[in-house]
Amino acid sequence: MELFRNTDEVEALRIQADQVCVDYNGTLALYDASLKLKAGCICGLVGMNGAGKSTFFKALMGFVRPSRGKILINGSSVTTAQKDQAVAYVPQNDGVDCSFPVSVWDVVMMGRYGSMNFLRVPRESDKRAVFDALERVELVSLRNRPIGSLSGGQRKRAFLARAIAQRASVLLLDEPFAGVDIRTEKLMADLFVQLRQDSRSILISTHDLSHVRDFCDVVVLINKTVLAYGETSEVFTSENLSMTFGGMKPDPISGSISFDE
Amino acid sequence: MSKYMNDLFITSQTFAFLLDPLSHEFMRRALMISALVGGVCGLLSCYMTLKGWALMGDAVSHAVMPGVVVAYALGLPFSLGAFVFGVGSVALIGFVKQKSRVKEDTIIGLVFTGFFALGLVLVSKIKSNIDLMHILFGSPLGISDSDVHQTILICLIVVLVLIIYRRDLMLYCFDPTHARSIGINTGLLHYLLLSVLSLAAVAGLQTVGIILVVAMLITPGATAYLLTDRFDRMTFIAVISSIISSVLGVYISYWFDIETGGSIVLVQTTLFLLAFLFAPRYGILKINNLN
Repeated sequence: MELFRNTDEVEALRIQADQVCVDYNGTLALYDASLKLKAGCICGLVGMNGAGKSTFFKALMGFVRPSRGKILINGSSVTTAQKDQAVAYVPQNDGVDCSFPVSVWDVVMMGRYGSMNFLRVPRESDKRAVFDALERVELVSLRNRPIGSLSGGQRKRAFLARAIAQRASVLLLDEPFAGVDIRTEKLMADLFVQLRQDSRSILISTHDLSHVRDFCDVVVLINKTVLAYGETSEVFTSENLSMTFGGMKPDPISGSISFDE
Repeated sequence: MSKYMNDLFITSQTFAFLLDPLSHEFMRRALMISALVGGVCGLLSCYMTLKGWALMGDAVSHAVMPGVVVAYALGLPFSLGAFVFGVGSVALIGFVKQKSRVKEDTIIGLVFTGFFALGLVLVSKIKSNIDLMHILFGSPLGISDSDVHQTILICLIVVLVLIIYRRDLMLYCFDPTHARSIGINTGLLHYLLLSVLSLAAVAGLQTVGIILVVAMLITPGATAYLLTDRFDRMTFIAVISSIISSVLGVYISYWFDIETGGSIVLVQTTLFLLAFLFAPRYGILKINNLN
């Protein structure tokens, strides 16, 4: 509690989770999860399926209320953060119905809905924000294409553009590298660095360790609670990893885990 | 000269074909109300098909049956009874789903047949002037003044809600997670869509009856979905195709003296089949892809 008194420190923190517990009808999904994420950093959230990654995301988005503990985003409550459009969620590719009749432009425009009026009529500034976001992910030329006609990597970029257009300060990415080609991967890596320079913070949920090593400044290992947290090089010890993955040691070279998936 | 006369004859014949029915008050009324209900259900059908709520539409439309019967028996507006039972059935489905291990589609099937059976029993027991056949199969040709007024009011409410919330509802159907994360009240949207569905089901049962109303709530949307990749165009096509089906259906039922509800839905089904076969990109014949 004493730790967060200093206001300068609070402002510089994007995410501040303090002993967060979440349970679903008595089943504990997450306990004592504490975490501080600075402005302008890329953080990997690593754990097995069912380790509480998506529960943690849900808690950050305000979908589940912690039964204990507290979450602050940019120093204010999750509800306020929602209203401020502070948190953007970038779904997995199979997370949305891609045969939906919307264009790439429409999808990115959805990032602006929260700042629009009641009828969601886009203003000039909204259109400019959408165009800029599309430019950053190199999808301007495909903006009128239906979202379903895009490749997996392009679709991922479209949803990233939506988060950028939203001007969110915290981006939650769910398995961003699954089914993505090398070109998109490079583009996304460049983009992450740009976003970090804009002092936005990116939280990447994944069980793909090699990408974490390449892209993330800090890493959080979770298995129902935060097992380890800190600089990627320090946290990525074989001891920590075997704790995260329940005693199974991942391949140190490829980073893949033999039993996962 | 004779050719000219012939053309004139044919033209006046065609017009007589179309205009004759309009000389009857009941036909003018049936066409007006069918077109209105068709348009409104067509608009809603886009959300139903995109959200994957076809079964929910079927459930709600059957579940309004006891509501209609009770409302008539108590002398209340039928739409009120239908609305209460429609929304109530969905709440019940949600409750049973949460509290039991039975799968959702089973619960939906179970609840709506239960409500429907209750409606059948009530009709046979409550003394009233309700014609069961009118509820089950619709009767746009014999619709009463008060029913017309109620249906118009219902349609206005539904259209207003769908226009005001069209962007939010689209986002809710497409990506509810994102909608929620930017502070949109998705719980409200969920119940709003359900309420509108209940109302539209009541409007629809005026023209095609309870059994077929689900067709009004999904077929135009499915047809439009095959024809476009844009949401706005999809709603436009669905509304137009639904109005055409309703008007043509009423005419056909007049010309050939066949059941009106069945006729309207058959036209809708035919339009869907045409789209299924000949739609430029998504039809199975893919005509445009040949060149």
